[in-house]
Amino acid sequence: MATGTEPQPKSGTAPGGGVRDGTRAAIAAAHLRTDRWWLAPAATAAGLLAFVVYSTWRAFANADYYQAPYVSPFYSPCLADNCEPMRSGPNWEIFGSWWGLSPALLVLIFPLGFRLTCYYYRKAYYRGFWASPPACAVAEPHKKYTGETRFPLVLQNIHRYFFYAAVPVAGILTYDTVLAFRDEHYEWGHMGLGTLVFLVNIVLIWAYTLSCHSCRHIVGGKLKHFSRHPVRYRMWQWVGKLNARHMLLAWASLVSVALCDLYVYLLASSAFDDPRLF
Amino acid sequence: MSASSYDARFKVWRGDPGGGGLEDFKVEVNEGEVVLDIVHRLQATQVPDLAVRWNCKAGKCGSCSAEINGRPRLMCMTRMSVFERDEVITVTPLRAFPVVRDLVTDVGFNYTKARDVPAFVPPAGVGPGEYRMQQADVDRSQEFRKCIECFLCQDTCHVVRDHEENKGAFAGPRFLMRVAELDMHPLDAAAESGLDRKRAAQEEHGLGYCNITKCCTEVCPEGIKITDNALIPLKERAVDRKYDPLVWLGNKIRRRGE
Repeated sequence: MATGTEPQPKSGTAPGGGVRDGTRAAIAAAHLRTDRWWLAPAATAAGLLAFVVYSTWRAFANADYYQAPYVSPFYSPCLADNCEPMRSGPNWEIFGSWWGLSPALLVLIFPLGFRLTCYYYRKAYYRGFWASPPACAVAEPHKKYTGETRFPLVLQNIHRYFFYAAVPVAGILTYDTVLAFRDEHYEWGHMGLGTLVFLVNIVLIWAYTLSCHSCRHIVGGKLKHFSRHPVRYRMWQWVGKLNARHMLLAWASLVSVALCDLYVYLLASSAFDDPRLF
Repeated sequence: MSASSYDARFKVWRGDPGGGGLEDFKVEVNEGEVVLDIVHRLQATQVPDLAVRWNCKAGKCGSCSAEINGRPRLMCMTRMSVFERDEVITVTPLRAFPVVRDLVTDVGFNYTKARDVPAFVPPAGVGPGEYRMQQADVDRSQEFRKCIECFLCQDTCHVVRDHEENKGAFAGPRFLMRVAELDMHPLDAAAESGLDRKRAAQEEHGLGYCNITKCCTEVCPEGIKITDNALIPLKERAVDRKYDPLVWLGNKIRRRGE
């Protein structure tokens, strides 16, 4: 039955024809929102930028990253010959003396890649830095849009490999946290304020890592019949609960890892001494 | 006019494909009313020819989609009490679709996209009335079945809202969610009939255009987690097919063993 509302085939539409396209309601404004829609992308961009500046400085500094028994999470595992010696610490001299740059650069690529391709951070920087879109129902400034269909953004699809890499990295940071139960003379059975900082950080790192959308898919999301895989179904439900808080965990773990590094920096640069609890 | 009533200031878009603009109105508002009530009062008292599409007034038919103060919403589910009394409230038609008249748009794009998604494929050897499914297996699909097809997600998605030229290649969140729903359906036999929904999502329905900025989830009046529960899982399923050599190798070995 013809209703007169069947879609009409349109001849070639010029790129950039968005909300001001000829067929749409004639409204010149890019958006009509009256709330503070710019606040969320602006705060996101500011927060991410602050972390990028801080972490870049610390990653290239190649100094003040170890104060027994604590090692900065930016420098763990330490894989170069030029690492500071850490007793029982995760330092393996895989890269010899020819490596002259900061050893942090060898390791940070994995957590960086994990967060860069993370489904939450993608939303955050597409909105905050690329204005694609800046906010819902606010016109984006770009003439063309191909999303994640082409190089380089098609590489976002390798997120699960960074997840695979993030798991051992979190494992090593867990080991660092265990080592933090020593004192400055490497005696076991002690705790300082730093141990608490490390504990909070590692809990948040694991919660963020396990709440990953790729993790949710791998543990059970890919299944068609949950009823035939009760264990994986239960795991999928657990990860799902964490996954609902992925944004919160992404920010909390980003802040905690930076604070953890800052704590070690302050100790190593003799700004203050680690208050010992016992 | 009762003690709790007041006059609100409205700007309502009026026009047709040939042009139009925002017109100012002052209209009575009573306690407990929603924006659709006010639009109806405008029709009854000031502009009898104002075109608006509506039906159930209960947030279940998906007809009265519009943009209120620039945000895609159902007019029947937007309470007047969320606005300040001195606020000017702007009501426009959906800005991603061609306008027909006043607040009515041609949402035919969505029907075309709906037709592009192959229907449920019945499993072989199971007759009507013999379908048996575990609740655990249908929970995911049932969330997506709450969709009332208001097309607010399609309207807010910047892939087509800001780029008319993408309408051919991109199905939009509502219909990618439909693909996810069928791909997660425990009895769908598409794979057995040679239809790979995961690959089709990427290659025919434009899943790669989605950059998961979650506006579809933000505007959904049914509270469906479209991005987290449909689009991202579908992206991960497409990765299994196209970008994961481990899964590819595993499938090869398994097939050889069969």
